[in-house]
Amino acid sequence: MRERLNIAKKSIFLGGLVVSIAYVLPFVLVFINAFKPKMEILMNPLALPKALDIDNFKQALQKMDFYRSLTNSVIITVTSVSGLIIFSSMLAYYLARNKNRFTKTTFLILVASMIIPFQALMIPFISIFAQFVAINNRAALIFFYQGFGIALSVFLYHGFISKIPMELDEAASIDGAGDMTIFWKIIFPMLRPVTATVAIVNALWIWNDFLLPRLVLTRETQTLPLSTYLFYGQYTSEYGQAMAGLLLAVIPIIAFYLVLQKQFISGISQGAVK
Amino acid sequence: MHHGNQLKKFLLFALIPLSIFTVVLLYPFIQGMYLTFTNWNGFTHDKYVGLANYTKSLRDPAFWVTLRFTFKYVVVSVITINAVAFGLALLVTSKLKSSNIFRTFLFIPNLIGGVILGVIWQFIFNTALVSLSHKLGWSLFSSSWLGDTNTAFWALIIVTTWQASGYMMIIYVTGLISIEQDVIEAARVDGASAARTLWSIKMPLMAQAFTISIFLTLRGGFMAYDVNLALTGGGPYRTTELIAMHIFQDAFAFGNFGTGQSKAVLLFFLVAAAALVQVTISKRAEVQQ
Repeated sequence: MRERLNIAKKSIFLGGLVVSIAYVLPFVLVFINAFKPKMEILMNPLALPKALDIDNFKQALQKMDFYRSLTNSVIITVTSVSGLIIFSSMLAYYLARNKNRFTKTTFLILVASMIIPFQALMIPFISIFAQFVAINNRAALIFFYQGFGIALSVFLYHGFISKIPMELDEAASIDGAGDMTIFWKIIFPMLRPVTATVAIVNALWIWNDFLLPRLVLTRETQTLPLSTYLFYGQYTSEYGQAMAGLLLAVIPIIAFYLVLQKQFISGISQGAVK
Repeated sequence: MHHGNQLKKFLLFALIPLSIFTVVLLYPFIQGMYLTFTNWNGFTHDKYVGLANYTKSLRDPAFWVTLRFTFKYVVVSVITINAVAFGLALLVTSKLKSSNIFRTFLFIPNLIGGVILGVIWQFIFNTALVSLSHKLGWSLFSSSWLGDTNTAFWALIIVTTWQASGYMMIIYVTGLISIEQDVIEAARVDGASAARTLWSIKMPLMAQAFTISIFLTLRGGFMAYDVNLALTGGGPYRTTELIAMHIFQDAFAFGNFGTGQSKAVLLFFLVAAAALVQVTISKRAEVQQ
């Protein structure tokens, strides 16, 4: 019995090992080929590089305007996510604490809006907001993300706030605290687990988003996915440089994830049960 | 006094977020529906054309090619993603010391956007696998999978499954660990096999996880754009265009704003109908358990 259990355990382990390797192999492939000159890649894409050649990286860093794109991505993601946290927690608090026909309908519309595909807005969107985009496309993009992200974020916050007893607000109110003080000093700090979920889910989406930035941003303000895609398209035949560019593009988020992986996984799973 | 208080709360907490939501999402959505009934050319419109844009869309043979291709992609990818994700969830919840490390690795593809993943796999299919198979004498990959409609379809499925299964795995893991140990223990004492326990106890008790995950993959399938763009670009000869890309091309590459927008509205109804049917069926299955 014990013997059989051991064999079962070993085969599960082996299965897990094989699948895990298969899941990261494409990244490993990018990693090893990023250090090779073109000919060496064509000879054998699976072989380790003969020498660590960092010329590919120098080229890619410069041609894809890496630092500027990275800065743009960070600015856009951080600002958008902070805005979403503030706006959606406040709206969710209002909707959860004031139950009437208006708030119930609003909540339903928000939830239903989540199935609207971006393609159904994209075409009128461009003409409606052309002027705003022309004035400041980064600000416009951040503004758009507030509108697109608010439904899911409110939904996540709403479920959590509904479980916090009303007596808490009432007690604070009797003590003379105003609405804003009650929310920011008492309620918001209790929302930390959801705030983590909201931050992670939205950050992943905005960091990786492609279509909306492609329609809105220009060369000066482009984010990392945009510049990587354009760079790759231009230098497809320069395999080594293309791989170096891809590696540079995935490193920031993977590093971030490996540092905060517990928060990532629990954030995603808490978002999932809602 | 009470009413004034209500109004103040609305102004403080709800006015700004709701205005943004209305301006960014509701208004373009309604405006977009309205425009499909006019002769809109992307900038102006001066008369109503009834359903002309819709009939024109439905008479477009390329649209039907896209619809068929999209349906096939949605059905196959929903099955593969959920089957793989559920398998992975069972793997990482088995009581192994290494299961946390496996989970960490399996989630990684999900962190990266579809466009970057798409170009990574483009390199794999177009260059790495082809050069390897010439070297080793394989025939399976001797010409790029992306050069042929049928193999390109499977390339799309492979990349989509690889990308999305890590996320869905987390949803199934959450479902699996929410099942109370007593129930499983009781089944074991009654002599139920592991497979039997999984099928008759665990899966029904975590039915909600299936509902959510199937819903998300269904929606994702209909809206998929990034991987499609970066992996096949719709090629060869526009035969692997999913509906999202077809709409983009119709409007922005060919300047057909009227039909492009009507196809987008049709896509909305398609997603809404599919989601409604799926959630109804799943909810009924959940209740029956």
